[in-house]
Amino acid sequence: MSDATSKISLLTEHTRHEIDGWVARFPEGKQRSAVLSALRFVQEQNDGFLTPDLMEAVAEYLSLPPIQVFEVASFYSMFETHPCGRHHVSVCTNISCMLNGSDGVVAYVEKKLGIKTGESTADGRIFLKREEECLAACTGAPMMMVDHHFYEHLTPESIDRVLDELK
Amino acid sequence: MSDQVTDNTVNITVDGRPVKARKGEMIIRVTDANDVYVPRFCYHEKLPIAANCRMCLVEVEKAPKPLPACATPVAEGMVIHTKSPKAIAAQRSVMEFLLINHPLDCPICDQGGECELQDLAVGFGRDISRYNERKRVVKDKNIGPLVSTDMTRCIHCTRCVRFGQDIAGFPEMGTTGRGEHNEIGTYIEKSIDHELSGNIIDLCPVGALNSKPFRFRARSWEMTQQPLVSPHDGLGSNLFGHVLRGKLMRVVPRQNDAINETWISDRDRFSYEGVYSADRLTAPMLREHGQWKQVDWQTALNAVAAGIKAAPRDSLGFLASPSATVEEFTLLSRMASGLSCANIDHRLRQSDFSGDAEDATQPSLGLSIASVDELQALLVVGSNLRHEIPLLASRVRKAAVGGGAKVSFINPARFEYLFPVASYSVASPAQQLTELSALLAAATDATAPVGVTVEQRHLDVVASLKSAERKAIWLGALAVRHPAYASLRSLAAALAAATGATLGVLAEGANAAGAHLAGVLPGRVAGGAAAATVGLNARAMLEKSLHSYVLMGVEPVADSLVPGAAAALAGAQFVVALTPYASEELKAAAHVLLPIGSFAESSGTYVNLEGEWQSFPGVAQPVGESRPAWKVLRVLGNLLGLQGFEQQSSEDVRADLRALLDASAGQASVSVSAPRVAAVATDAHVVDVPMYQIDAVVRRATSLQATRDGQAASMQGVA
Repeated sequence: MSDATSKISLLTEHTRHEIDGWVARFPEGKQRSAVLSALRFVQEQNDGFLTPDLMEAVAEYLSLPPIQVFEVASFYSMFETHPCGRHHVSVCTNISCMLNGSDGVVAYVEKKLGIKTGESTADGRIFLKREEECLAACTGAPMMMVDHHFYEHLTPESIDRVLDELK
Repeated sequence: MSDQVTDNTVNITVDGRPVKARKGEMIIRVTDANDVYVPRFCYHEKLPIAANCRMCLVEVEKAPKPLPACATPVAEGMVIHTKSPKAIAAQRSVMEFLLINHPLDCPICDQGGECELQDLAVGFGRDISRYNERKRVVKDKNIGPLVSTDMTRCIHCTRCVRFGQDIAGFPEMGTTGRGEHNEIGTYIEKSIDHELSGNIIDLCPVGALNSKPFRFRARSWEMTQQPLVSPHDGLGSNLFGHVLRGKLMRVVPRQNDAINETWISDRDRFSYEGVYSADRLTAPMLREHGQWKQVDWQTALNAVAAGIKAAPRDSLGFLASPSATVEEFTLLSRMASGLSCANIDHRLRQSDFSGDAEDATQPSLGLSIASVDELQALLVVGSNLRHEIPLLASRVRKAAVGGGAKVSFINPARFEYLFPVASYSVASPAQQLTELSALLAAATDATAPVGVTVEQRHLDVVASLKSAERKAIWLGALAVRHPAYASLRSLAAALAAATGATLGVLAEGANAAGAHLAGVLPGRVAGGAAAATVGLNARAMLEKSLHSYVLMGVEPVADSLVPGAAAALAGAQFVVALTPYASEELKAAAHVLLPIGSFAESSGTYVNLEGEWQSFPGVAQPVGESRPAWKVLRVLGNLLGLQGFEQQSSEDVRADLRALLDASAGQASVSVSAPRVAAVATDAHVVDVPMYQIDAVVRRATSLQATRDGQAASMQGVA
């Protein structure tokens, strides 16, 4: 790829440093193994979602064909490939949480934020994920995950407290 | 396989029959070798194993579940049932799952009639589906002008993905999304640009990836399948032409593991469109008082005979396309020698002919095509290999990726190779001579000539060649076009001798070897012996006007690199063009146009770069009043009153040349003289003719012209 079309500059120095750290954990020539971590940092750098340009930058940085980065990004539910809010809220609706009233939690969150699952608030603050598989916190059902943190035994009050604190 | 049981052989039982197999071999390879059919979608013998379609499930005794035959290695004493109730039940269930989302649109699907899914659905499917829910729909992607997509039909076998990864060398397609949302595609809609991309059409077991130019043109069962050989490069890829009512509808590969395996290049696959271009010449034409008019064959041939008879022998020139057949070359060369004219050539893009006397009997790779896979070291001088001979580049890739071969290049520009390259020097023509001189000095431990410095990279390349057992040095088309080709070749030959490598010349055209053997050269007669008088070479013929020209399958302006070609032809008294096309260029220059058969319309023979003679029939009806060129030449020979034009078939012509070659067998081999270096201007350059501009047929193939490589086709000189 020629320098004129290089997208590596889209990655911040911090992101590149973090990716380097992950690449170093794998044997030489196995840098493909670092894709998952690299995408995590890039998504964080970009306030919560990936763009095709950023994914191509990762591909270029790791010397991979871009499609191999797209494959990973589109497969895992923790990566967003379309613009969305910066805080990711996922309400678990799997069996344990469902039995403990997750439907009500979803309805309450949707009403509070004025959006449906899969949508983001107009101010770009919160993104409500469409679906989340079991997060292995059944003892604390119903639960939700906000930016990789678990909140269990949810009540309307605790939901208000968590969501209102998000900047 | 020997009957002796060695450590590497295991005894297994397949459907009650004792069978010997190689240890570690996959079950499906063993069943295939023993004519036991196991259904499959994702497995392909030339691709890595994925085991994701599950169609090849078979019952293996003592295994708790059916096992995929493509991914289960055989072991001693294994008892396999491919048609037991358990195996059949597993296969039927997989089939039912595969059909859940598959649209039953076979009547409007181009794959219908040659579809692996359709065939297996007949064999293993139920007549009704238990699935009543909605089928999923996947949006079609636009992946360029060659491959059409109907992604709803996709069964996710990933053959196309694995092809990109392991054969083409660059994955453009992938599997995105998960579960129900899993899709095959490029993610960001883009064209698939690789020069072998059309092979995914054959690989796709369903109708998801199909030929775009062929879309809705014919049904597979209406067409007849006939063998052909590629007319575009010296590899001689084996093809099948599919013909409907005399018309060539499409081209697909014909498996030949010694040459093209199961692949063909896009150029071979889609060039057939050029056969039916709008400027096809359908009847003989004569120019009278500046006006072109259609005439009958007799009138046209009489005019040609009169024109040729009127030409002074030393000012008559014969130019032939390097992709003409052996039969056409033989008759053209016989006509020239019958007229005592030595001005005959096919090397239209070569510029230095000073080494002609040292030319090999035929340009050759020097080794078999299949053995390229096994090379350990290779030096390529002056070749845009992926564009010149795409499948040869793919074999080099196999050697580099699979066998760790050290591949080095000396090229006028940086070309992208999708494999590890040991050393790459970008060098102008003048620098190429210096580079080779440096390599030669390094190889012979001699003092480097003035102006040449031996650097570490030279020592590395020489070391890679010297330490390898199987090694070669190739001169590509850009080397043959080099302004001092003779010097370049003498240096390469000396380097080959010093390192023990085989020297190969990748001459342009499908039949450069045939042209050499048939004497379509100014310094050779048919059979390969030196001519008594040396005539004019192609460049000399086109640099200044001759009295008359005979052009066979040539459009001199587009097919040569001589700047004054158009003016030279315009200045001639008489020009006859045997051509499939009434191109503007020929209409401006010629006095008579004789319509000849294009690709697939004439029977003939090509000799490829490993020296293999491959004959093929004329499979399509020549358009209009066109006739195979060898027949036109035969009649013309008779009209000119020449000897040796009595053949009844192209086989007779070929036999004539064969007899000549047998008689001259054992002729002294020509050795290249001592290395020398001719002066080359520092600003000299070599033209890299774009891969879809190399010959008249390809230039008219509209879909190839619409590809990215076709679009970037303005002729550009490189460095």
